[in-house]
Amino acid sequence: MAIKSILSNKARSFLTMLGVIIGVGAVIAAVAMAQGTTKGITDTVESLGTNLVQITITGRNTSRDVTYSDLKEFADQNSEYILALAPQVSGSFTVKAGRTNRTVNVIGTSPEYEIVRKRHIMSGRFILHYDVEFRQKVAVIGTAVAKTIFNDLDPVGKDLKIGGQIFTVVGILEEIAEGREQSSDDQIIIPVTTAQRFMRNVQIRNFALEATEAGYMDLVINMINTFLSKYYKDENSYRVFSQEQILSILNTITGMMMVVLGGIATISLVVGGIGIMNIMLVSVTERTREIGIRKAVGAKKRNILIQFLIEALMVTGIGGLLGILLGVGIIKFLFGALGIIQEVYSVMWIMVSFGISLLVGVIFGIFPAYKASNLRPIEALRYE
Amino acid sequence: MIEIFNLSKTYYMGENVIHALKNVNLNINEGEMVAVIGPSGSGKTTLMNILGCLDIPSDGTYRLYGEKVNCMRDNQLADIRNRRIGFVFQNFNLLQKLNALENVELPLIYRGMSARERNRRAKAALESVGLADRLDHKPSELSGGQQQRVAIARALVSDAPIILADEPTGNLDTNSGKEILSILKRLNNKGSTVVLITHNNNIAMNAKRVVRIQDGEIIEDREVS
Repeated sequence: MAIKSILSNKARSFLTMLGVIIGVGAVIAAVAMAQGTTKGITDTVESLGTNLVQITITGRNTSRDVTYSDLKEFADQNSEYILALAPQVSGSFTVKAGRTNRTVNVIGTSPEYEIVRKRHIMSGRFILHYDVEFRQKVAVIGTAVAKTIFNDLDPVGKDLKIGGQIFTVVGILEEIAEGREQSSDDQIIIPVTTAQRFMRNVQIRNFALEATEAGYMDLVINMINTFLSKYYKDENSYRVFSQEQILSILNTITGMMMVVLGGIATISLVVGGIGIMNIMLVSVTERTREIGIRKAVGAKKRNILIQFLIEALMVTGIGGLLGILLGVGIIKFLFGALGIIQEVYSVMWIMVSFGISLLVGVIFGIFPAYKASNLRPIEALRYE
Repeated sequence: MIEIFNLSKTYYMGENVIHALKNVNLNINEGEMVAVIGPSGSGKTTLMNILGCLDIPSDGTYRLYGEKVNCMRDNQLADIRNRRIGFVFQNFNLLQKLNALENVELPLIYRGMSARERNRRAKAALESVGLADRLDHKPSELSGGQQQRVAIARALVSDAPIILADEPTGNLDTNSGKEILSILKRLNNKGSTVVLITHNNNIAMNAKRVVRIQDGEIIEDREVS
């Protein structure tokens, strides 16, 4: 009976459902986007290994900042616990070879970078300790740099002007982001000591290290804190992150995104529900005569109530299913056509949104259904 | 089995008090065919609504098969409308979106009958009024006379012993009207109790007993041959 009445006015039924369809579709797409974007980051973070600790120094020491040799000594003294330590100094510079020039991100670091960041070379060689010790002007470039500056020529051995100074390319980094510009393939790596001089004694603000074992993580973090406190009195001037902490921050962010998006989607569902209630009230008025006839042949209040309630549930139920299709469609489009996010489906959320759409049907359908069931037969029959 | 004792019905329309029925007494036995005749505003429709359990009296008692109807609850009244009483209205009151068969099945749906059983009985009812070949027609595809016959089939389908017909021929041409009356008479001969409401003397003469009502009171109640 309910299906018949929905089919009898397809255009109106569909427009009524639209609110629910969009609401549910929005919830599913939004949740997937939240999870998908963070998953991309999470995967990268995880791929760096769980023994990674990252340190950021935000303050300055008026007498003496931590230097590369300080760090190297620290790492060597505690080599039982610290597998490798790599400092990181960075800046953007104009890079030129032949007639091409562009602005590229330059990182000054040490050979340990390969181990700590798991970033290897695909041709030539990486930075050596010798390069660092003697402040050599050598550079390892990413594939995006190679392509845009050197085109099809083999860059290894060629000269490259970085910030006005001439460097020699000694290696090409493994491609990890399909050679896209502004990605991790669009970088140049030079020795940290060279970078410090060239960038005018810039302070080492970032370094990363890998612990020898996961079990030593807490110990290593303590050691770093103690070490840094000798240089920077204020505890707030440096931050030590373990991968675990980073992941938990990401989870919190994802959680917050989902709450906000969920809230917006809920509002949209409520609006959709109000629309449904509105249409159902109109429908009840239009079908007053029909309700009178049904009561005259023996329909009880609850028969009428259930009849209209089921109609409301069908509208929101079908709307919910269409909304799921819409949401999944949006995800597939974003993933396939635009390549923005990873394809992540949360089955739980799909079921929750469907459940909510049914709930919307009950909540917003009950009032019109109740009104319908309470119509008095005689008056209903007299209605034109 | 219809016993009406001192029945009154009063309406309040804003400040006006309308006494639709005043102390009406009426007894109808099983198998009778009674015509209730009166001008418009006489209270005949109000009387029919109360007889048909669509409305409850303000005062007095109505006993149907010995049970007091005036103090029954909504659900009980609905049951009576479903099982004991079949309505035939002046404007047919069929559901436009359903076809003839589905319209006739309607009372049986509210009785919780299985689809197969409903189908069988509805077909039989439509056959008895001569519409076996129009089962799948919607009301818009049927003539006035045919629609009224569907309404009669609906009134019959639940084996209701009482048929209440309110101006059943009011919207029909003379020939269709005659057909409908003859169907009602035939049903009465088979044992149904028929109560016919009308304002037309000629139609009233089709019954075996005529009750005249005016200004909410019964002024005449006699048998006619």
